[in-house]
Amino acid sequence: MSTPLITTRSSPGVLRRASASGTPGAPPARGAWARRAPLLPALIFMIVVTQLPFVGTLVISFMRWNALDPADRGFGGLSNYRNAITDPSLRSAILTTVLLTATVVLVSLLLGLGLALLLDRRFFGRGVVRTMLITPFLVVPVASALLWKHAIYNATYGLLNGGLTWLWSIFGSSHAPQPDWLSNVPLISVEASLVWQWTPFMMLILLAGLQSRPSDVVEAARVDGASTWQVFRYLTFPHLRRYLELAALLGSIYVVQNFDAVFTITSGGLGTANLPYAVYQTFYEGHDYGQASAEGVIVVLCSIAIATLALRTVSSLFREESL
Amino acid sequence: MTTASISARSRGNRRSGPALGLAAWLCGLLFFLPFAWMVLTSLHSEQNAATNPPSLGAPLTLQGYREFFGAGTGVSPWPPLINSLTASVASTLLVLALAIPAAYALSIKPVRKWTDVMFFFLSTKMLPVVAGLLPIYLIAQNAGMLDDIWLLVILYTSMNLPIAVWMMRSFLAEVPKEILEAASLDGAGLLTTLTRIVAPVAAPGIAATALISFIFSWNELLFARVLTGVVAGTAPVFLTGLVTSQGLFLAKVCAAAVCISIPVLIAGFAAQDKLVQGLSLGAVK
Repeated sequence: MSTPLITTRSSPGVLRRASASGTPGAPPARGAWARRAPLLPALIFMIVVTQLPFVGTLVISFMRWNALDPADRGFGGLSNYRNAITDPSLRSAILTTVLLTATVVLVSLLLGLGLALLLDRRFFGRGVVRTMLITPFLVVPVASALLWKHAIYNATYGLLNGGLTWLWSIFGSSHAPQPDWLSNVPLISVEASLVWQWTPFMMLILLAGLQSRPSDVVEAARVDGASTWQVFRYLTFPHLRRYLELAALLGSIYVVQNFDAVFTITSGGLGTANLPYAVYQTFYEGHDYGQASAEGVIVVLCSIAIATLALRTVSSLFREESL
Repeated sequence: MTTASISARSRGNRRSGPALGLAAWLCGLLFFLPFAWMVLTSLHSEQNAATNPPSLGAPLTLQGYREFFGAGTGVSPWPPLINSLTASVASTLLVLALAIPAAYALSIKPVRKWTDVMFFFLSTKMLPVVAGLLPIYLIAQNAGMLDDIWLLVILYTSMNLPIAVWMMRSFLAEVPKEILEAASLDGAGLLTTLTRIVAPVAAPGIAATALISFIFSWNELLFARVLTGVVAGTAPVFLTGLVTSQGLFLAKVCAAAVCISIPVLIAGFAAQDKLVQGLSLGAVK
C-alpha cells in the first residue's frame, strides 16, 4: 500500500470517499481511481439490483396496496406491520422457520461430523464413498423434493411404505403398517429431505477442517498415550469448532431461505409454511402488496440477527487467513 | 503441488479398522439410496414404478425418458431446458466479467478498506430473496420484462456475484506478491501481468467459480416461478408442472429429475476439488 492516499476517516462508503479525495487530475486521486475502477461495475450492479428493491419493499410496506383493489391505494402507516404481527399464520411461519432451520442445520451438522470423521481415515474405496455422499447435494433441489414427495413418502407406492411391506413379508405378515408420512409428520418429512441434501455440505466443510488439523500435534499426543476420545475432545474438537460454526452459519443462511422443498413437498400446508413461503403466498396468491412487503421487512430483520453472527464468524476466519 | 504431497504424507493417513470402513460404506450407500432409487424408477414402466412392495427386478425401459421428451403428450422439454441454459450460461459469463476485475481490485491491487467492500458483498447474500421480490416484480411489470429470460439473467447475476467475488478474491490472493513486484520492475504492463502471471494461477479458480455460479442459477426456483410464465419458464418450473393429479407419472417425473440434474452433477463433480472453498466463500481451503 505504497500509494499515498488522502485519508478521510469519517466517510463511510468507498464511493463517497472517492469523490471527496481531491480535485480530479491530482496524482493521488488518479491512483485511487485507477484502483477503484475495476471494482465499480460490480459494486454498482449489486447496489442497483439488490439494495434499491429493498428500499422499494420498505416504502411499500407502509402503504395500503392490494392489487385486487387498486382504487384503495395510499399511505397506511404501520397497519401492515400490525396486521402482519397479529396474523397467526405469520407467527406460525416464524416458528416453523426457526424449527425447520434449527433442526435441519443441527441434524445435518451432526451427521456431517460423523461422516467426516469416518472419511478422514483411509479405507478401501474411500473415493467412491465420498462421491456417493456428495451426490445428494448435486441433485437439483426441486428434483430432490419431487423425488422425496412422490417416490419415497407416497403412502401407496412410496419407497418407505414399500420397504415396510417387504420387511413385514419376510416375517410372513401381510399387515405391514402403511403410515401416510406427509399427513402424519409433515414438518419432519420436509426436514428429512433437507437433511439429506445438506449433510454433504456440512461433511465437506468439516472434512476440510479435519484435514487441516496439524497432524504432528495429534501424533505427539498419541505417543504420550492419549486415547482416541481424548484426542478428539481436546485436540480435534477445539480445532474443528470454527469449522462447525462456519458450516452451521452458512447452512442457516441457505436453509432459512428455503422455498423449493416447502413449496414442492407440502405446498406450505399442515403447518410447514416458512417465512419465504408465507411472503410468497401473501404476494402471489393474496396480491396484498403492502402486507407482503411488511412481512418481507420482518424476514430481513430476522435474518439480520443470523447474518451478524455469520459475518463475525467469517470475518474471524478471514482475518487469520489474511495475516 | 507441494501442498498435495504434504497432505499425502500427513493427512487422513491412518488406516481404519474394517468395522469403521464398513460403517462408512453403509452410510455412503444409505445416502446414495434415494438417488439410486430415482434412477431405477426412471427406468421402469409407470405400472412397475408404482408398486408396493417395490418391484426391483422389473424389466428396464426408456419409456419414462421418451415421455419426458414429449412422446405421447407432445409437450417438449426443450424450451425450458434452453431457457435454463441461457439464464445459467449468460448470468455466469456476466458474473465472471464483473467479479474478476472486482476481485483484482480487492486482492492484487487492493482499494482502501477493501474488507468493508468484501463484507458489503457478503451482506447482500444474507438479504433474503423474498425481501426484494415484489419491487422487482413491479419494475419488471412496468418495463415489460415479465416472462423475459434476461430478467432472470440479471437476477441470477446478482445472486451469484457476491459468492464469485469472495471466491475469486481467495483464488487471486494466492498469486505470489513477489512475482507481481518482479514483473512490474521488469516493466511488464497490466495486460502482460494479467495474461502471463495472474491468469495461469487463477484459471482453476475461475473455472470453479463459473461451475458453482452455473449450478446455483440452474437450480433456482423462486424467481423463475414468480417472474416467468409460458415463454421464459426454466427447467425447475417445468419440472414442478409435470406432476398431474390423475394417472401414473412417477417414472416420467423421475426421468425428468434425472435429466435436469445431469448438468448439475457434471458441473459439481468437475468442480469437486474447489467445491468446499467455493461454497465456504473461500474461508476453507
